[in-house]
Amino acid sequence: MALKSKDEFERYAKDCIDKRSRKKIRILVCHGQGCAVRGAQDVLDALKNEIRAQGLDGEAEVIPTGCHGLCSIAPSVIIEPAGVLYGNVKVEDTKKIVDVTLKGGGVIEELCFRQDDKALPYVREIPFFASQTRIALRNVGKINPYEIDDAIACGAYQAFVKALFEMTPEKIIEEVSVSGLRGRGGAGFPTGRKWASCRKAKGERKFVVCNGDEGDPGAFKDRALMHGDPHAIIEGMLIGAYAVGAKEGFIFTRDEYPLAVHIFSLKKAIEDARRIGLLGERILGTDFSFDIELAFGGGAYVCGESSALMRSIEGKPPEPRAKYIHGTEKGLFDLPTVLNNCESWADVPFIIGKGGKVFASFGTEKSKGTKVFSISGAVKNIGLVEMPMGVPLRKVVMEVGGGVRNGRKVKAVQTGGPSGGVVPASMLDIPLDFENLQLASSALGSGGMIVLDDTTCMVSLALYFVRFLLDESCGKCTPCREGLVQMEKIVSRICEGKGTMADIEKLKGLGGAMKLACLCDLGRSAPNPLFATFTHFFDEYVEHIQHGFCRAGQCRALCSFKIVEAMCDGCHECVESCHKGAVFGEKGKLHYIDKTLCDSCGDCFRLCTRNAIVVEKPVLKKAMEA
Amino acid sequence: MPVVTVDGITVEIEQGKYVLDAIRKAGLYVPTLCHHDALPPFGACRLCIVDIWKPGWDPDWFRLVASCLYPVEEGLVVHTNTKRVIEARRVVLDLLLARCPQTPLVKKLAKEYGLEKTTFEETPEPTDCVMCGLCVRICDHLGISAISTVFAGFRKQVSPPLDNNPPEACIGCLSCAHICPTQHIKFEEDGNKRKIWGKEFDMMKCKVCGKAYVTSAQVEWEVKKGKVPLDFFDLCDACKREEMKKKALSLQVRM
Repeated sequence: MALKSKDEFERYAKDCIDKRSRKKIRILVCHGQGCAVRGAQDVLDALKNEIRAQGLDGEAEVIPTGCHGLCSIAPSVIIEPAGVLYGNVKVEDTKKIVDVTLKGGGVIEELCFRQDDKALPYVREIPFFASQTRIALRNVGKINPYEIDDAIACGAYQAFVKALFEMTPEKIIEEVSVSGLRGRGGAGFPTGRKWASCRKAKGERKFVVCNGDEGDPGAFKDRALMHGDPHAIIEGMLIGAYAVGAKEGFIFTRDEYPLAVHIFSLKKAIEDARRIGLLGERILGTDFSFDIELAFGGGAYVCGESSALMRSIEGKPPEPRAKYIHGTEKGLFDLPTVLNNCESWADVPFIIGKGGKVFASFGTEKSKGTKVFSISGAVKNIGLVEMPMGVPLRKVVMEVGGGVRNGRKVKAVQTGGPSGGVVPASMLDIPLDFENLQLASSALGSGGMIVLDDTTCMVSLALYFVRFLLDESCGKCTPCREGLVQMEKIVSRICEGKGTMADIEKLKGLGGAMKLACLCDLGRSAPNPLFATFTHFFDEYVEHIQHGFCRAGQCRALCSFKIVEAMCDGCHECVESCHKGAVFGEKGKLHYIDKTLCDSCGDCFRLCTRNAIVVEKPVLKKAMEA
Repeated sequence: MPVVTVDGITVEIEQGKYVLDAIRKAGLYVPTLCHHDALPPFGACRLCIVDIWKPGWDPDWFRLVASCLYPVEEGLVVHTNTKRVIEARRVVLDLLLARCPQTPLVKKLAKEYGLEKTTFEETPEPTDCVMCGLCVRICDHLGISAISTVFAGFRKQVSPPLDNNPPEACIGCLSCAHICPTQHIKFEEDGNKRKIWGKEFDMMKCKVCGKAYVTSAQVEWEVKKGKVPLDFFDLCDACKREEMKKKALSLQVRM
């Protein structure tokens, strides 16, 4: 049944709201990737069975939702309207949840999220949630992403209807310009300007494309968005298509995102939108026609680069092209194309619905609005948060992330993935926006944030990213293809303790040439992580080269480990963890490491919660070699 | 027609041409490896990089671009030999020399930039292939697409699609071998047979001189796909020229 007019849509939306409000209690089971892996589906089924068995069908319903955000307590369950959050829920807990919380209105303390040893049962009390401002993620974790009716009941497609019936394309573009929205994929190009230039471009056939090919290590916001609220993206693309005059759209995503793509979400969302007439010919009885097709990448990181992405949709090898002529003039199939990140598209309905000024009221002067960050690494609370631009990094790491695990110290935060850099702990007060991170020789990128503690060697980190890019370079242009090979050789030499100070100069020259001469941004930004570690952690390079020492205990050739007597409480965990059997000692008594057996893997060092194991220079090894 | 200044020399050049064309029109030289006049620009070797300046930009701000890909426009100022351009080109050639330490063309270009030997670590498996992609592009351009690039990054190489040897679609036309700037693509001919890409082809002979000059696969393909009449392949190029010469001379005699 396709809706044929604005009135029909409004009636349909009213029905959806009625349907949603029929049940008093909603149990939201996170169906995101992390929770799914840890058995969310079983919990969901068990909860459904329990409710049916106890005859609560009339009052309560259990629905799967997108990512709640707090992946470190997966699988998580939220009970609305009370707003109780339970983490690490197992099938055995479901009966108790129904008995205590649903029927009794109480909370089960042992399932609650804990901060500073205090149980925080309600979502609104938890700093992780309370400090967020959700715009792109407005419906993620709230709606059932597999049901379009649920999304419509929460306001999806209202902004599109407003745009279609009350606004001209020019007005829409103006509103997006007023909002100050800048591309959320990392480049930060003003979206309004992009749309205006595509609208002006000559051509009957135009495209809008959603870039859902996120591949940065430590970034997972697009996946959560595509899975948790595909309708926000579809609605954004509808508005964008109407504004620039496109009739066809593509959502390009990774084949590796099974929940978002294969099981349901995106596919189902597009089918549902077609079914009720929000996609297809003559939408809601107007002259506007638009449809979306899903396109999959073959797993190449470079597909996230816009021109390579377009080649991939065309069925060609994903090799970037020079962008001297913009994609808005010659993009997909050489026709005018607007390509935006998932998050940018998801922001658009909010901007049109609430007005560009409301969006612009968040954030800083040059970076407006909110940004979704994926926090991972050594922090306590790993997950997905959306915060206003300009929020201090310290707040994200300490308050939202809950600080570093195991009582260690923050050493740095890696932002922006392989095109970004590192922000050292001394600069934690930096506001998170495009400009400030660039000044700190890092980048906002797509919002990936990996918190590193003092067990991370910065030279190894740079080597990790060089190796990542070496594997992911498309191989089209010489400096990127050959330069990364040489860069990897030199940096791994330093990690093995065979580097010289001349190597640093060599790397600087090579990286500088790559920044200038490479064809696309993957190559041009490839030296960034390396250069950022030069800027902030140069002393570690000097230590590696001149002192033969890796203070983080990560470069095996440059460290050995020792147990400090005063700190060891004989917990025995290091003995169990050692794969070489090099740690000795009885439980409860002082332990020691036999250096002739130890291969310096550092497992015990990273494991020790009492910081009793320390890194020292590998004197013995050098002596033994001599 | 846009007027472009290259290293102080003013040239007038058609709209739609590229900066590299302007450089050449000005009689200047920048090294190239992946460029060929018969094919659209590609921008892979990065040797033709230059600094450009456009009216309206800050007077001391320049942009480094690949000249083969940058379209000309009115008032463009091109510098082919600024310090950073030379330095970047030198690094690119240094890298190429590490990949192809024995290739004469690469050695020659590197020497122009003062490099006798690579300053990087030389590859243990030297190759002559500079990955310019000309062979793949010419094959594609002709509509055959028998070869492609396979794998990515430093593992990238020229091979039949999906690395399935020998290439099914190859007609043995030798375009790839002739366009290769470093003669990396090898072929063998022994009068009746031609061997390329591990595939053996039967040859057709010129009806006049008897020279085996074209593969039957190519003739078949051109007759079928290109709608070329079969008798077009009766004579080899040299004999065709001879024939033409005779015709012209006879016309002259009659006149």
